[in-house]
Amino acid sequence: MLWYTGKRILQMIPVFFGATFLIYFMVFALPGDPIAALYGDRPPTEAVLEQVRARYNLDQPFIVQYLLYIGGIFTGDFGTTFSGRPVSDVMAAAFPITFRLAMLALLFEAFFGILVGFVAGLRKGKWFDNSALVVSLLLISVPTFVIGFIAQYLFGVQWGIVRPTVSGDANWNELILPAFVLASVSFAYIVRLTRASVSDNLSADFVRTATAKGLSRRRVVTVHVLRNSLVPVVTFLGVDLGSLMVGAIVTEGIFIIKGVGGTG
Amino acid sequence: MSAIAFMAVGAVALTGCAGGNEEESSSSGDASAIVTTNGSEPQNPLITTNTTETGGGKIATSLFAGLVSYDADGAIQNEVAESIESDDATNWTVTLEEGWEFTNGEAVTSQSFVDSWNYGAKLSNAQSASYFFDDIVGYNAEADSELTGIKVIDDTHFTVELAAPEADWPLRLGYTAYMPWPSVALEDITAFGENPIGNGPYMLAEEGAWDHEVGIDLVTNPDYDGVRKPANGGLNIVFYTDLDAAYADVQSGNLDVLDAVPDSAFSTYQDDFPESAVNQPAAIFQGFNMPYYLEHWSGEEGKLRRAALSMSINREEITDVIFQGTRTPATDFTSPVLDGYSDKLKGAEVLEYNPEEAVKLWAEADAISPYTGTFDIAYNSDGGHQAWVDAVINSVVNTLGIEASGKAYPTFAASLADREANALTGGVRAGWQGDYPSLYNFLAPLYLAGAGSNYEDYNSPEFEAKLKEGTKAATVEEATKKYQEAQEILLADLPTIPLWYSNVVGVSADTVDNVTFGWDSVPLYHAITKE
Repeated sequence: MLWYTGKRILQMIPVFFGATFLIYFMVFALPGDPIAALYGDRPPTEAVLEQVRARYNLDQPFIVQYLLYIGGIFTGDFGTTFSGRPVSDVMAAAFPITFRLAMLALLFEAFFGILVGFVAGLRKGKWFDNSALVVSLLLISVPTFVIGFIAQYLFGVQWGIVRPTVSGDANWNELILPAFVLASVSFAYIVRLTRASVSDNLSADFVRTATAKGLSRRRVVTVHVLRNSLVPVVTFLGVDLGSLMVGAIVTEGIFIIKGVGGTG
Repeated sequence: MSAIAFMAVGAVALTGCAGGNEEESSSSGDASAIVTTNGSEPQNPLITTNTTETGGGKIATSLFAGLVSYDADGAIQNEVAESIESDDATNWTVTLEEGWEFTNGEAVTSQSFVDSWNYGAKLSNAQSASYFFDDIVGYNAEADSELTGIKVIDDTHFTVELAAPEADWPLRLGYTAYMPWPSVALEDITAFGENPIGNGPYMLAEEGAWDHEVGIDLVTNPDYDGVRKPANGGLNIVFYTDLDAAYADVQSGNLDVLDAVPDSAFSTYQDDFPESAVNQPAAIFQGFNMPYYLEHWSGEEGKLRRAALSMSINREEITDVIFQGTRTPATDFTSPVLDGYSDKLKGAEVLEYNPEEAVKLWAEADAISPYTGTFDIAYNSDGGHQAWVDAVINSVVNTLGIEASGKAYPTFAASLADREANALTGGVRAGWQGDYPSLYNFLAPLYLAGAGSNYEDYNSPEFEAKLKEGTKAATVEEATKKYQEAQEILLADLPTIPLWYSNVVGVSADTVDNVTFGWDSVPLYHAITKE
């Protein structure tokens, strides 16, 4: 185990350098001078441009820039934005908000997803099951940003139930609507996963045994069916937290949430 | 013709609106109410000499009062200045009004201006507005230097010697680059950029009122006694990264004033806000340039082709269909909001849609040297330009029957790089937003040989001479006349092919009144009243 852990940690090193180098390289492979573009149609004097380039090490060869950047990271210096704020401060302010949004979304998709999937699985082929399938198909097919704009317009503008955008504090209650939007696609997957799992388990041998032993239907369903059906769902939820944090960028853009997605 | 009609309607609607609201404002409006409005995170710390973009600009002009400020029409009105006088347009004497103070209690003196101007002009400070001081004696773009042309006489008098006469020099003094600083600014410029101390109508609500990426809270400066005395209690400028969200906020009453409308709402904003929707020309000029280094585009042939191109574009139709009337077809090289704008310049008919004449001129050019190859217009695809570039291209194709296409660059930086390297293969999108309301500001930086934004290297001694005559003119009226004549030279040469002026399109919630837009497309915040 120790050997395995050590090996994995050692493997992180090339991955870290590979990833940072590739991203760094790709950003700088974009054509054009980022400093000149800062000033739009109104260029300052060449002397000013040179000074600003020097401030951000942009006058150095590419490889030197990368080494300076990596050196900075190891000494805890992530650089500064053009408005003079340390990048570490920007991320420290933004990250908790994205995390909060992702957690809330995870909570919603787990709770409602399992609930709906469970009921649908128990009543396979009935109207509830069929409508759950249709709704989940819809949610999977429609891109998140469409759902986001529709939700923002209906709840925020048309009915005025919530503010269409989130304030700088991004309190829990403001994040409810965005979290629902963010959770929508995963919610649909969880519904389908739970439903399939529950309906499979209903005809499994251990469930028939439990019923034959004379346990109440309630006990069979909650303890034997549900608990065993949750195994693939929990696995999915674990992986999904990561993709929720990434997917949050689109939702954050629509609702002006000042998370990681808004720091671009 | 209909462009003229449109302008007149705009002007009437504007004055009518302002008149109606003025009566209302005396009875309604809570003097302590905070007005919320949209903005964007300033690109740099809030140092006035380093603030040349709109996000920081609207905050800086609220926090500071310079020698002058601009009214809704772009005319200058004295703020700290009591007078700015000169006999020869070269040596200017500035007299300050007494009694002005920064919000930390320090008096605004001649030194307050000299300090910030010198800081802004000094090369090693790398300020983006440094070139605004290049007309003052002592400015040096190559090495650190003092502005030796500025001499402090006493606390309320100083003189400025310009390198060359400039009759409308005071016009530029309302720009953010010319604001005064308290002495603490130079002691710790970083702290000052984060928590600026000004003398303007508003001040920061508290230390740290600038919540980065979120917004900034300003409250009324009780000691301010200038011409922009606020009728509200303060401003909350919210930084939006997406206009659609800002529009949703103003629709639902969570935002009072929005000074832009997202493309998606162009067709609906007038129905959504029948009372408050504003759509008027702004000080933003847009066109496209044909580089002189391309084959077929120089000399007499190039001149004919440029004119043909200009007359083959149906500006009316494109502004109506693509922009839903949120652009105004161009009739000159400046903007209708400026004093001295004219839609009757000699030769302006080259900007009207005239397919027969276009075909004729194109054929004349072909007689000099037959046109080969295709034609394209370069644009950056990250700026929402594709729709109109395609429309312009279509117009050209349909009229002249040549092969043409839009040429997309992934980013603004990429298109700029090719522009600077003279590596374009066709036309290029060009635009200008005025820094201060002067014809000169729309002409000199773009068309003078060697000027900063003259990327396509237009070079016309006649134009330069006319512009010089304008700067030396004794009166502003005379200068205006010279600038118009200079533009008539441009109309003949067409170094840029004018397309249209961007309009300022804004909406506001029912809770606020007296929302008028200044010449620079920013609302006059101080005049806004809120119930």
